[in-house]
Amino acid sequence: MKLRTPALILYVMASDDAPELAEAAVRGGATALELGIPYSDPLADGPTIQRAAQRSLDAGMTPRRALEVLAEIDARVDVPLIPMTYGAVVEAYGAEAFCRDAAAAGAEALIVADVPPEESGELRSAATAVGIDLVHLVAPTSRPERISVAAAASRGFVYLVAAVGTTGARDTLDERMAGLVEQTRAAAPDTPLIAGFGISRPEHVAALLEAGADGAIVASAALDVVERGGPEALEAYVRELATALRTRVA
Amino acid sequence: MRPAVTHRPDARGRFGAFGGRFVPETVMAALDELEAAVEEAFADPTFAAEMEALHRDYVGRQTPLYLAERLTEDVGGAQIWLKREDLAHTGAHKINNAVGQALLARRLGKRRIVAETGAGQHGVATATVCARFGLEAVVYMGEEDMRRQRPNVVRMGLLGATLMPVTAGAGTLKDAMNEAIRDWIASVETTHYLIGSAAGPHPYPYLVRELQAVIGHEARAQMLERTGRLPDAVVACVGGGSNAIGLFHPFRDDDVRLVGVEAGGDGAALHAASIGGGRVSVLHGSRSYVLADEHGQVEETHSISAGLDYPGVGPEHAHLHETGRAEYVPESDDDALRAFHRLCLLEGIIPALESSHAIARAERVARELGPDGVVLVGLSGRGDKDVGSVIEREGHPLRAVEPNPEPEREVVQ
Ligand SMILES: Cc1ncc(COP(=O)(O)O)c(C=O)c1O
Repeated sequence: MKLRTPALILYVMASDDAPELAEAAVRGGATALELGIPYSDPLADGPTIQRAAQRSLDAGMTPRRALEVLAEIDARVDVPLIPMTYGAVVEAYGAEAFCRDAAAAGAEALIVADVPPEESGELRSAATAVGIDLVHLVAPTSRPERISVAAAASRGFVYLVAAVGTTGARDTLDERMAGLVEQTRAAAPDTPLIAGFGISRPEHVAALLEAGADGAIVASAALDVVERGGPEALEAYVRELATALRTRVA
Repeated sequence: MRPAVTHRPDARGRFGAFGGRFVPETVMAALDELEAAVEEAFADPTFAAEMEALHRDYVGRQTPLYLAERLTEDVGGAQIWLKREDLAHTGAHKINNAVGQALLARRLGKRRIVAETGAGQHGVATATVCARFGLEAVVYMGEEDMRRQRPNVVRMGLLGATLMPVTAGAGTLKDAMNEAIRDWIASVETTHYLIGSAAGPHPYPYLVRELQAVIGHEARAQMLERTGRLPDAVVACVGGGSNAIGLFHPFRDDDVRLVGVEAGGDGAALHAASIGGGRVSVLHGSRSYVLADEHGQVEETHSISAGLDYPGVGPEHAHLHETGRAEYVPESDDDALRAFHRLCLLEGIIPALESSHAIARAERVARELGPDGVVLVGLSGRGDKDVGSVIEREGHPLRAVEPNPEPEREVVQ
């Protein structure tokens, strides 16, 4: 995956209006997009993403339809697309079929929140076979040995968990981020490090870049904005977040 | 002394193709840490001595092995022996696991405990051991379960636990478990997750089995002492599977039938029989049988018993099913209720609705085996908590005008 850095990755939940939201996010300055494929019992997610997932499922969303939505997004925007889901969804679809169909729909990477490197053998071969980067996560609680394993196994980028807990907008980031960046960088010097979980403000993005990360992922806060104000509000919100990237580039 | 560990999961925490660790990265370190603490504790004679003393003086072990004579006579088949976990402190087997994990939490230096509960028995056991060891207890419970297991809600309050009502989904065990795990993901550095069944990510299924195996070790020795032989069949109800695996485990290498009883619900579409009606998927951290649709989305379940009303099952049961070592069969709400009443009237024992599923199946197995056979049943808990559910379904059981009723006629529609 060619991830432009500094990266600003926005999350949209698979739904009929996801393509429109994706366009708005990219107009605002998103450099890549995550597409949530909903799962009934998302353990890593807080209330905002849970609610969005349930709404999506209630509207009849299936993994197959979500990949069609991904293809529709791919036709409209020119940034890397990264489906994000849970092990049960991929397992039911079949890892090989899922990766094949996701690649055909335009996915360049894949995040599966509850499948750590130890459990991802089959998924990794399936992803590699069709050129999809399987992204792994490291957290502030991860031990050095695990950081090495996850960072070395991760493709495309390493996902730095910026808050101990489930997803959801927060006021502050974990104070261990700089240390986590440093350790992960040492384990995977050539892989971009992108932080997510709890990020909601331009100051957070700036602080992460300051800590040495190569970008940020914004999910729950963006869903909250969409809930309140639709695509226009999302575009304005992303534009504001993106100011943090420009100050860094300049 | 702890009995030597047999049938360990592999290095990745798998029983055959099942188990493992399907969790967010944030809690992986805590699972590693717990795994190390478990091995250390199991090798430590001090831990064994502490457990033994607590079992004897606090839990009230060993629990009796009881020949249900009138039930046996009434069924007209094999002898039916009950392993009386209903007589353990707090009224169910759940205390065996809670005591052991409380000791582990103390070893880990964690003073806050989160747990989920369905029937409320695990919540009560958790609240109990937290009171006993001076730990903070936070228990997640679905609102529907709080309604149908009211007495246990009150008990948890008296024991000083903080109860967190869960409104998501159907408000039952699965939803409570989601929230307990989410709490733990956020609090993992100070909090131990005291899971209530032989489910979840490695090392929990293994840990809980080892802590519940005391049921089977005692029962096996008691059986040999009392009858000079092993039973032909061992029967236990299966929610997540902790009382069943604890009873089965010491009989694994014997020539004994192992029968796990899942919740058959209304006998048709609405049930909670994960092995009987589910597919291989991932739920709450491990790969096992799950009641899920073709897309992997978890389905709603139904059982009259809150403790069996769960769409998953512990991974070792999935393995025992796959290898054919154990058989898994359903019993319906109605058949469990019938067995519930029979045990009340024939033995003077009010069983938990969960355990009533095992009784119902034990009667069938006893009939199959005939008078020369011996059936051992796990009576996993007492039914005080369930009297409200029974009244709700059947009305008030006033019998003043009808002394000595025939058990068969007593069954209310
Ligand atoms: C009395 C009793 N038996 C059985 C169960 C089911 O759990 P498990 O399958 O883990 O034994 C419960 C759960 O709440 C219970 O309270």
